[in-house]
Amino acid sequence: MAAFVGTVSLAIAFALALYGAAVAVMGVRRRNASMLESARTTAYSVLALVLVANAAMLVALLTNDFSVRYVASNSSVATPTFFKVLALWSADEGSLLLWNLVLAGYLAAVAFRFRARRPETFGWALATMYGVVAFYLLLVLGPTAPFATLASVPADGNGPLPLLQNHPLMAAHPPFLYLGFIGFTVPFAFAIAGLITGRVSDDWIRITRRWTLAAWTFLAIGLTLGALWSYGVLGWGGYWAWDPVENVALLPWLTATAFLHSVMVQERRGMLKVWNLALVIGTFSLTVLGTFLTRGSILSSVHTFAQSIVGPMYLAFLTLVLVGGFGLIAWRREALRAESTLDTPLSRESLFLGNNVLLLAVTFTVLVGTIYPLIVEALTGEKVSVGGPFFNRNTLPVALLLLFLMGIGPLLPWRAASLSSVARRLRVPAWAAALVAVVFALAGAGTAAIVVFGLAAFVGTATIAEMLRGVRAQRRAHATSWGVATRAAITRNRRLYGGLVAHLGVLIALVGVSWAALGDASGELTLGVGDRALVEGYELRLDDLNVREEAHRRVIVARITAFDAESGEEVARLQPSLNLYPGSSEPIGTPSIRVGTPWNGMRDLYASLVSVDAEGPAASLRFFVNPGIGLLWVGGFVIAFGGLVAAWPSRSPPRRTPLPDEVAETREEVRV
Amino acid sequence: MSDDDLGEGGGVERGSAEGGPRRSRGRVIVLTLVPVVAFALLLASGLGRDPRELPSELISDRAPAFALPELGGQGDISGPTEGQVFVVNFWASWCLECHAEHDALVAAWDRYRERGVVFVGVVFEDGEGPALQYASEKDGDWPLVMDPGSRTAIAYGVFGVPETFVVAPDGTIAAKTIGEVTYSWLTEEIDRALRTEVSA
Amino acid sequence: MRRTWLLVAGAAVVIVAAALLARGGGEPATIEDRAQAISAGLRCPVCQNLSVADSPSRLAGEMRAEVEGQLRAGRTDDEVRAFFVARYGEWVLLEPRSLVPFLIPVVAVGLGIAAWAFVVRRRPRAERTEVSDAERRRIDGDLRSLEEGA
Repeated sequence: MAAFVGTVSLAIAFALALYGAAVAVMGVRRRNASMLESARTTAYSVLALVLVANAAMLVALLTNDFSVRYVASNSSVATPTFFKVLALWSADEGSLLLWNLVLAGYLAAVAFRFRARRPETFGWALATMYGVVAFYLLLVLGPTAPFATLASVPADGNGPLPLLQNHPLMAAHPPFLYLGFIGFTVPFAFAIAGLITGRVSDDWIRITRRWTLAAWTFLAIGLTLGALWSYGVLGWGGYWAWDPVENVALLPWLTATAFLHSVMVQERRGMLKVWNLALVIGTFSLTVLGTFLTRGSILSSVHTFAQSIVGPMYLAFLTLVLVGGFGLIAWRREALRAESTLDTPLSRESLFLGNNVLLLAVTFTVLVGTIYPLIVEALTGEKVSVGGPFFNRNTLPVALLLLFLMGIGPLLPWRAASLSSVARRLRVPAWAAALVAVVFALAGAGTAAIVVFGLAAFVGTATIAEMLRGVRAQRRAHATSWGVATRAAITRNRRLYGGLVAHLGVLIALVGVSWAALGDASGELTLGVGDRALVEGYELRLDDLNVREEAHRRVIVARITAFDAESGEEVARLQPSLNLYPGSSEPIGTPSIRVGTPWNGMRDLYASLVSVDAEGPAASLRFFVNPGIGLLWVGGFVIAFGGLVAAWPSRSPPRRTPLPDEVAETREEVRV
Repeated sequence: MSDDDLGEGGGVERGSAEGGPRRSRGRVIVLTLVPVVAFALLLASGLGRDPRELPSELISDRAPAFALPELGGQGDISGPTEGQVFVVNFWASWCLECHAEHDALVAAWDRYRERGVVFVGVVFEDGEGPALQYASEKDGDWPLVMDPGSRTAIAYGVFGVPETFVVAPDGTIAAKTIGEVTYSWLTEEIDRALRTEVSA
Repeated sequence: MRRTWLLVAGAAVVIVAAALLARGGGEPATIEDRAQAISAGLRCPVCQNLSVADSPSRLAGEMRAEVEGQLRAGRTDDEVRAFFVARYGEWVLLEPRSLVPFLIPVVAVGLGIAAWAFVVRRRPRAERTEVSDAERRRIDGDLRSLEEGA
C-alpha cells in the first residue's frame, strides 16, 4: 500500500515537473502570463506529492512494512522509533527521497517568493529548477527505486547500518547538508536564466543573494555537524578524515565562499561578471559531482552508498550542467564585459580577488586529491591513495594565507587605499600579534604555535576593531548609548557585520584546529579491572566492565576514572562502550568525551574502547587529549550565525547614502 | 572554472577589434567545452570499476616464512617449505565469507593432501576460544595456527578475511585471492603450482 | 609600488612561516615520534580512508607495533615504508609519491596569480578608457543593437 502510494505520487510529481518546465518555457516565449502562473503554482503540487512519497516511506518504516525492500534492509522490528525515522535517510534510496523533498521545497519556496513581483528571468529560472527536479525524480522513479517491493515478505528486517544508528546526530547532519547542497540550485537557476535571456547584468545576483547565503549557512552547519558526528561517533579522536564524501561536501562551500566575496566586487565595481557566473555554475556542478562520486559507485568511503547503476545518469547530468552552464557563459561573453578595472593592488576588490584565487587553490587541491586515485587508475590501472598528510600539507599554508587576507581585507577601502590610512588601522592588530608572539615565545612554544596564534591575534583584533569602528561612528553621529549604537550599526549594514561575524567564526575554528593539531596527545593501553596506568599526564583506572542488553543491540561499557597525574585529583569519569548489533561482526564503538571548557584548559579527554578480553577481564583503550577542539564547533556555528545576520531581511529600504566607514574613508583618501 | 575566466571577468578584452565577436565566440565556446568534456570522460572511465577491488602485490615474490603456534596445540607450525605447494588461508570465526568458503577448502584438501600439498589456516583477528569452537564444528583437519600480533598477516599484506595464497614449490607466491575462495580457483592454481614442480 | 611591496612582504612572511609549520618543525627524534609519523602516512587496510595512526581497528594497532618494532630493529623510515609498499602496494601510502597531485594545484594557483597580476597591470590602459567611458558605452550599445538586428 505504502509502496503503491509512494511510487504513484513520485510518478505524478515527475510528470508535473516536466509539465512545469514546458509551460514555463512556453509562457516566456509566448509572453503568456497565465501559462507562467500555471507553471508557478504547479510547484506547490510537486512539493505536496513528494511530501506524500516521503510520508509513505515513513509510514512503511514505522509500521514495519517489510514488503518494501528498503524497509526490510534498513529497519527492523527492534529498531527504536527514533532510528526508524532516521532510516528514512540512512541509505541511498531513502536519502534520495529526502533530497527530492528538499529540492521540491526550494522549488515551492521560489514559486512563493516570486508570487507577486517577478523578475524577467523568473520563467527560465523556474524551468531550470523544474529540469533539476525532474532529473532527481527520474532517479527515484527509475534506477534507485526506494519503493521496490519484495516478492516474499521477510518476518523481520536487517536494521539500519550499525554506524548510522549509533548516534542521534544522524538526525540533523544529512538534512542540513542537503539544505545547503540543494540550495545552490536557486542561484544556479537564476544565473542560467540570465544567460539565456541575455539579462546578464546584476539582476540574478540581487535576486539570489539571500538564497545563496542561506544555502551557504546551511552547508556550514551541515559540515560542522558532520565533523562533530565523526568526532563523537567514530572513536578515532579526530573529526575530519579527508574522506572523499567529506571533501565533496567541502568543495561547494569553498566555491560558494569565494562567490560571496567576489559578488561584492561585481555589485560595487561591475567587474568579475564571468567569474561570478562561473563560480555559481561551478558550485552547483560540484554538488552534482558530489552526488555522482558518492552515489555513483566511483569512490570508496565510509559514506558511499551501495553500488548502483545510477552512475552514468549522474555523469550525464553533470556533463549537461557543465556544458550548458559554461557553454552559455562563453556564448554570452560579449555582454559580460567589465565596467571598470582594478585600480591598485591595495584595495578591497584586489584582496577579494586574492581571496578568490586562494579559495580556488584550496578547492583545486582538494578536488585533485579526491579524484587523483580515480585518474591514476583510469590511466594506469594502478591503485593509489590520497589522504590526510597530502591534504594537510597542501591546504594548511594556503589557509593561513587566507586568514591573513581575512584580517586586512575588511580594513581596506574600495578602489584604492593610501598606505598611511591602512598602516594606521593595522597598528593595533600588529601590536596584538607581536604581544601574543612574545608571550608564546616566553612560554616556550614552538615556531608553529607562535606563528599561528600571532596571526590569529592579528586577525582577531583587526576584525573586532572593524566591528567597533562602525559602532563608534554611530555613537559619534547620534550621541547614543553603546547598545543603541551597536544595534543601529548592525541594522544599517547587516552584510558587513554578518561578514565580520563569519570571519570571527572562521578564526575561532582555525584556532581550534591549530590548537588541537599542535597540542594533542594520545596513548594506547590495556587495563585489567581495578588497574591504573599513566597516559599523557593522566592516570586512568578501569573501575569495571559491564554488559547491558538493549532491544536492538548489546552494549559493553568500560567505566574509567581519570586522575590528574600530578595532583592525584579526580578529573573525569568516562564510559566508552562497544556496541554489538545482530548481523554485524565488528562491534561499533562509542567514545566517551569529557568536554573541554575554559575552566579545564579547553582540554577534551576522549576515551574509546577498542576491544574487551572477557577472560581478564581487561579492556584495551585509546585515550586522547585534544585541547581546543571545542572551538571548532563554536567557530562553525559562529560562521553560520554570521551568515544568518547577513541574510536577515532588513526592514528599511536600501540606502543610497554612504556608510559611515566610507565617509571616513573619503576624507582620508588621498589619491596619488 | 578555467583561470581564463578570471582574466576576462577582470575586464580583459582581447581580439575583439579584428575577426569580430562571431568568430571568437565559436572559438571560446570550443575552448570552454573541451576541458569540460575531457573531465567528464575521465570520470566516465572510472564507472566500470569496483572501488573495493584491492591491489595484489607479492605475486611471484618470495612468500614470507612463518613459524606460528598451532591452534589448541603445543608446537609451532612453520612454512612454507621449499619443494612443496603451500595453500595459506587467512580466516576468522566472525567472518561470514569464511564460513561460506569452508566447503571448497575441505574439498580441495581432500583432493590434494595425498599429493604433498600443505594447507595452513591462519587465524586473523580472532580469539583462541571462538577459533577453536569454529574448528570443532567444521570438517577438515589441516593445521590451523594463531597469529599473535598479526605479524604474518601483515607480512602477507592481508586486507581482511578471507584471503588465500598459493605458494609454489620454489617458495614464491603463485596466486592470491581476496574474498570467498572457490573450488575451481583452488584446483586451477594448485594444479598450476604442481606443474611448475614437475618442470623444475 | 611601495604599497605593493608592503603586501608582498607581509604575504611572504606568512608563507615562510606556513612552510615552517607544514614541515612540522624539524625531524622527529624519538622512535615513538618516528613511528607516529610513519603510521600517519600509512593507510589502514581494514578501514576506509583512515591512517594506521588514527584507526581504532585492531589490525592498525598491530601495524603500529610492527612499525615500531622495525624501527627498533634499526630500519630506516624509508625501509619501513618500503616494507608496507611491497605488501600492500602504493595504495598503502596516503601521500602519493608522484609529484603530479602536488603540481596541479601549484600550477593552478600560479595561473590564478598570473591572471590577477595581469588584471592589476592593465591599469594604465584602464585610465585611458576612463576618459572615453561614456562614448565607449554608447558605441558598445550601438554595436550590440546592430548585432541583434542582423
